[in-house]
Amino acid sequence: MDHLILKVTTKLLFAPIILFALYVQFHGDYGPGGGFQAGVIFAVAFFLHAFCFGLAETKKVLPQKALTIAMVAGLMFYAGTGVATQLLGGNFLAYTEIDPESTHHAGQHYGILLVEWGVGVTVASTMLTIFYHFTGREPDIDQEDW
Amino acid sequence: MNTFHVELSPSIWLDLSLLTMLVLVAIAMLRSRHLFAVVMLSGIYSLLSAAFFVSLDAVDVAFTEAAVGAGVSTVLMLGGMLLTARREKPKGAGRAPVALAVVFAAGAALVYATIDMPAFGDPNAPANSHVGQAYVEQTPNDIAVPNIVTAVLASYRGFDTLGEVMVIFTAGVAVMLLLGAGSVRGGREVSDVEKDESGAA
Repeated sequence: MDHLILKVTTKLLFAPIILFALYVQFHGDYGPGGGFQAGVIFAVAFFLHAFCFGLAETKKVLPQKALTIAMVAGLMFYAGTGVATQLLGGNFLAYTEIDPESTHHAGQHYGILLVEWGVGVTVASTMLTIFYHFTGREPDIDQEDW
Repeated sequence: MNTFHVELSPSIWLDLSLLTMLVLVAIAMLRSRHLFAVVMLSGIYSLLSAAFFVSLDAVDVAFTEAAVGAGVSTVLMLGGMLLTARREKPKGAGRAPVALAVVFAAGAALVYATIDMPAFGDPNAPANSHVGQAYVEQTPNDIAVPNIVTAVLASYRGFDTLGEVMVIFTAGVAVMLLLGAGSVRGGREVSDVEKDESGAA
């Protein structure tokens, strides 16, 4: 499979897609979006890479082992935020405890950013894990075979 | 209590045309036996639903539908299609009349139920007057983020969202267990992740 135009386009689009994912991730408080959408967009950048350069190349960039760790880490990050607010003396996931002195709800803002980060990491790594496992089972198929 | 009436506005015609296109795409999906075409049509279906959600002012839902429905699930369906046949097996009529009757009965019941529903956008509707109103009123005082959807999702219902993340995590683990490394399919060994890595190195 040698598609020069697709490869060049993918190389051009890869970084902007990741940048857009980060924008959606950290801008969720102010506009549509958040961890779920950002994780999916992040994963899509690597889907494109796998389509154009083959799954083996993508796995060199982002091996399954790293994804497995990220899946667990994201979930633990979310739950850990809840445990942290408990240790600070509040309820589970009561973000106000992060900065109780704030007059503009800074604790809530930090808490939302933290849990959204956990959501984004878990969603991105899970989507890529599912993609790797579905597409990694068959050798690359011919163009005519579709 | 004032009664609320919906005027026939241009946006209603937009909604109707989007819904008509959704039905047409669904019929096309039913009629096609070529699985590649069905997968692509399901992507189009998701994109049309995303447009419909935008017209209903549910931009967060539309964003998710466009990213997950039209993007990732289309790709995953293609990946799943690679593991099976390219064409759906032709099937005889069989019990089609019975199935059609059941579908029409259920559809008629649902349409009958909509007669009792409050009008779209009715401020007195239960969805808009109790919890929804409380969130809209309290978010600026409690959390002070401009996007109320994010406030509900990550703060008011943070525990629910933790459960959702766990569901996604569980789905990933289930796929790893079912399709994961070292399995054998159809009598021939399937290359697994670790072998791919060592082979590539």
